Amino acid sequence: MAAETMATKNMPLAKAINESLRRALEADPKVVVMGEDVGKLGGVFRVTDGLQKDFGESRVIDTPLAESGIVGTAIGLALRGYRPVLEIQFDGFVFPAYDQIVTQLAKMHARSLGKVKLPVVIRIPYGGGIGAVEHHSESPEALFAHVPGLKVVSPSDASDAYWMMQQAIQSDDPVIYFEPKRRYWDKAEVNTEAIPDPLHKARVVREGTDLTLVAYGPMVKLCQEAAAAAAEEGRSLEVLDLRSVSPLDFDSIQTSVEKTRRLVVVHEAPVFFGSGAEIAARITERCFYHLEAPVLRVGGYHAPYPPARLEESYLPDLDRVLDAVDRALAY
Amino acid sequence: MTVDSSAARKPRRSAAGKAGTTGTPSTTRTAAKKSTEPELVQLLTPEGKRVRIAKNARNAKNAEYARYVADITPEELRGLYRDMVLTRRFDAEATALQRQGELGLWASLLGQEAAQIGSGRATRPDDYVFPTYREHGVAWCRGVDPTKLLGMFRGVNHGGWDPNGNNFHLYTIVIGSQTLHATGYAMGVAMDGADSAVIAYFGDGASSQGDVAESFTFAAVYNAPVVFFCQNNQWAISEPTEKQTRVPLYQRAQGYGFPGVRVDGNDVLACLAVTRWALERARNGEGPTLVEAYTYRMGAHTTSDDPTRYRHDDERAAWEAKDPILRLRRYLEASNHADEGFFAELEAESEALGKRVREVVRAMPDPDTFAIFENVYADGHALVDEERAQFAAYQASFADAEGV
Repeated sequence: MAAETMATKNMPLAKAINESLRRALEADPKVVVMGEDVGKLGGVFRVTDGLQKDFGESRVIDTPLAESGIVGTAIGLALRGYRPVLEIQFDGFVFPAYDQIVTQLAKMHARSLGKVKLPVVIRIPYGGGIGAVEHHSESPEALFAHVPGLKVVSPSDASDAYWMMQQAIQSDDPVIYFEPKRRYWDKAEVNTEAIPDPLHKARVVREGTDLTLVAYGPMVKLCQEAAAAAAEEGRSLEVLDLRSVSPLDFDSIQTSVEKTRRLVVVHEAPVFFGSGAEIAARITERCFYHLEAPVLRVGGYHAPYPPARLEESYLPDLDRVLDAVDRALAY
Repeated sequence: MTVDSSAARKPRRSAAGKAGTTGTPSTTRTAAKKSTEPELVQLLTPEGKRVRIAKNARNAKNAEYARYVADITPEELRGLYRDMVLTRRFDAEATALQRQGELGLWASLLGQEAAQIGSGRATRPDDYVFPTYREHGVAWCRGVDPTKLLGMFRGVNHGGWDPNGNNFHLYTIVIGSQTLHATGYAMGVAMDGADSAVIAYFGDGASSQGDVAESFTFAAVYNAPVVFFCQNNQWAISEPTEKQTRVPLYQRAQGYGFPGVRVDGNDVLACLAVTRWALERARNGEGPTLVEAYTYRMGAHTTSDDPTRYRHDDERAAWEAKDPILRLRRYLEASNHADEGFFAELEAESEALGKRVREVVRAMPDPDTFAIFENVYADGHALVDEERAQFAAYQASFADAEGV
């Protein structure tokens, strides 16, 4: 790790997004932040804390409580030349806006034959593990990754949170930016003068030789813990942080799997039709003769996200990941 | 964010007392002949007579709108007539082209010419229009070549014009979605400090959509310079307006805190006047307005529809008596604003337009198959690149097999 410079600060993931939004608001007068409670309150997770005070009510906009309205008006603002960054307060609240996102936002560039660009970023705090009530713990990323025209990303640490937000705002395509809410308070070094990795490139966060664990967002940390635990048992696991769910960096997964010959995909979202299914299918096509075991998946069940007292049993944890690792290595 | 922060917009104190606002749902009653006739702003009767506005008469508030067309010249009146005739001719040609198999579908505007030409001609070049899929007359007013509208109905594209070329957005098929885009665009206009206005078209069916309700809320809260122009053509495919609402649609504005007015949608002068008024309000920083143009869809919903299954011919006949083109023609003739030469020349121009549309559509080529993969993203996407390459290889495999 490079020595701490003036540009390097240790900060929680939520603060890193806040700093990134601040930088974007300073750099481009067309950037506006919109959402429910994002202004005076600074967002229910304080991700936009202090921004309205410094940039005013016309750049950090408290909106009516209407998600379709937030996304629909943001499309109009983007048509006018603005670069809106929207907050959907919780994962389970996005569906009133799903029509505007899927039917309008995702398709406008194609249907206008490239004449219209909609650089809209939609921030969605997602995932469980915080003991929340219903509709506050879901992981709907596959529902967006399935839609042509959208890009879907999810940072796993503060540094990526900072830089991927910069890149998402600079993107001329709509980007759904899933924030791992249970990692909001996790701190990491953020170098604000670094040259970031490309937005849609996966990163090896731990090298290994026996099996590849693939994850993104909140599950990266879990996979790192699983790899550390496995190491004590003499197993060398490689951990890949995908960072982007659409596009998916299959080349990086392929490279890793050709080395380790075994793959386990971990996400909080239900396994059925989840991103792990797509990864399993494509990697089976690409690495058929390298694989020593079927691609295994660890994730949520085909059941509504359970009440908080049950979420520990629903969410992937260290034992479930290691159980899948055991099964893959048994082939 | 509020529009009031913009130096270009100063709320007009007199706005609250302006005629036709839904503060009192007292849009002008124009010499209503029968109790079943709705209250609406009307400046030209179905018989082609200018509505006389007497002081203290029941229709006195018409004067508030009439002044927006008070200085209209015979030449401008002939222009409105020409717009409506050419739009109807184009529309008829498109319907015929669908019957001939040249188009997959057509959504006719027959009967709605006055609503569209009146409102469309009220806009300025720097205003921005968000249409449904039936605003062929508005497109005409904005200078969009009519043949450009046909690409999506022929199936060669999903919208063949540059929205920013004429400030006329692409047609929106999913009902009501565009009202939010218009509102957001208007919020941006206000933030820019510009004095342009935005007009969102939608229909009686769309008034039931949540997006329309949300657009009213956003426009009201941010005082956005947007005109919501609802063409109540009485039918949402097979569902009459009674299936959408219990109150006259224009009255909905009252609940959101901005004025609503119902205008005779078959009266081009009234539509022009009321839309000018509403756009002026927007430019002056007075915020949104709802205009309900009370009109009638003379034809089917689209060429795939069969209205004989849900409505009677006598209803259509009643509306034919209120035809928007016929009433202006009667007025032009009675007031000697147009002579036989004008009508004959326009007839020739109409036929020439029909011929040109026919020829352009028939010559419209299918897109290149690789267009499937074009413009999916602005900044590219690895999967699209991969699938494009796979598709190319697959296509090429046939060439190999055929031993070319």
